[in-house]
Amino acid sequence: MRTRSLAHTVAVIPDGASLMIGGFMAVGTPERIIDEIVRQKKHDLTVIANDTAMPGKGIGKLVDAKLVRKLIASHIGLNPETQRQMTAGELAVELVPQGTLIERIRAGGHGLGGVLTPTGIGTLAAKGKQIIAVEGKDYLLETALRADFALVQAFLADYLGNLSYALTARNFNPVMAMAAKTVIVSADHIMPTGVLPPDQVVTPAPIVDYLVANS
Amino acid sequence: MEPQTIIARRIARELTPGMLVNLGIGIPTLVANFLPAGLQVFFQSENGLIGTGAPPEEGMAHPMLTDAAGRPVTALPGASTFDSATSFGLIRGGHLDLTVLGGLQVDQAGRLANWMIPDKMVPGMGGAMDLVTGAKRVIVAMQHTAKGAAKIVKTCTLPVTSTRAVDLVVTELAVIAFPDGCATLLETGPGISPAQVAAATEAELEIPPHVPEMAL
Repeated sequence: MRTRSLAHTVAVIPDGASLMIGGFMAVGTPERIIDEIVRQKKHDLTVIANDTAMPGKGIGKLVDAKLVRKLIASHIGLNPETQRQMTAGELAVELVPQGTLIERIRAGGHGLGGVLTPTGIGTLAAKGKQIIAVEGKDYLLETALRADFALVQAFLADYLGNLSYALTARNFNPVMAMAAKTVIVSADHIMPTGVLPPDQVVTPAPIVDYLVANS
Repeated sequence: MEPQTIIARRIARELTPGMLVNLGIGIPTLVANFLPAGLQVFFQSENGLIGTGAPPEEGMAHPMLTDAAGRPVTALPGASTFDSATSFGLIRGGHLDLTVLGGLQVDQAGRLANWMIPDKMVPGMGGAMDLVTGAKRVIVAMQHTAKGAAKIVKTCTLPVTSTRAVDLVVTELAVIAFPDGCATLLETGPGISPAQVAAATEAELEIPPHVPEMAL
């Protein structure tokens, strides 16, 4: 694990990278990292996230700056700009049921090829997907998702990179931290190692690659 | 009484002590306002909270304590928080006793469409497909018609949310269930006759000889 300045950390992300970004309506989204990606104009990004929040907030800032080429998300209803770019053909959007999205990410991080879910059977979400019957019940085969980078917002991080999360800011963050080649963390508070009791560590230090230093 | 109030008050009567309940956005959210005093139920927000409480007083909002629409909420004593995989494990895994969702259309076999209007409204399904597929009981809270057009129809013209039939539809005019795949009138709204319900419904509606008025 390396601790780097915000600018140096974001510099490791190339144009065209795939990013998993934590957060739910921008709650638990690493805003500092997003702002720096916009400043460094990283473009042609693929973003995997629950939603794109709203214009001017969280992932909405990446959409506003037209840095996203492809989006995999469960809900874009509160961001008219995402919908506008999708309708105009500027942004490719794959909409996935929320429970399926988080399980595809979990599968990616846990070494599984995918998951079997009853969600979406007989709906538009089943289009082009394989149906597998197990003990007489039909399931959709949903393939695993992985990304080049996970951008994670933690509440507490210790100097080694052990992480814990706060309230509803946890959401996709710990699951995404398992599913990317490189894990970049921004934390509300960086604490000396030992302050965080082992039972409260949700994301263990060895999977974290970069901790963004306080400015 | 406002249509939304009739619907929310009637659905509140379906909640029993100890239930784990997920309320969707819109009319479903109002259900929490009409619980009998002292009834303890657990409200889930699918962004990772059980024990969701009323919105905080002004100036007391916590930026990391929100509902699934991103609005500030409180957490009641005994609340718990968890990641999205656990949250949807609760929903899909058969642990959620009841979900109350809004609806655009319900067909006469009880299939719900509530997540998109092709070429007009494509917000994404969010948690709706998982909720309808996984909850033990699904109640749809919606107004009976939209701009005069029936919402309880023979066949959904909008894309369905799940092939699973919902358990109950509650509107300001009626309570409808779907035993054996047949839309059946269980109760009428205040001052409404079964004939008035039938006239506002496109689906074939079974009407038993005696249909009580809903108690609020």
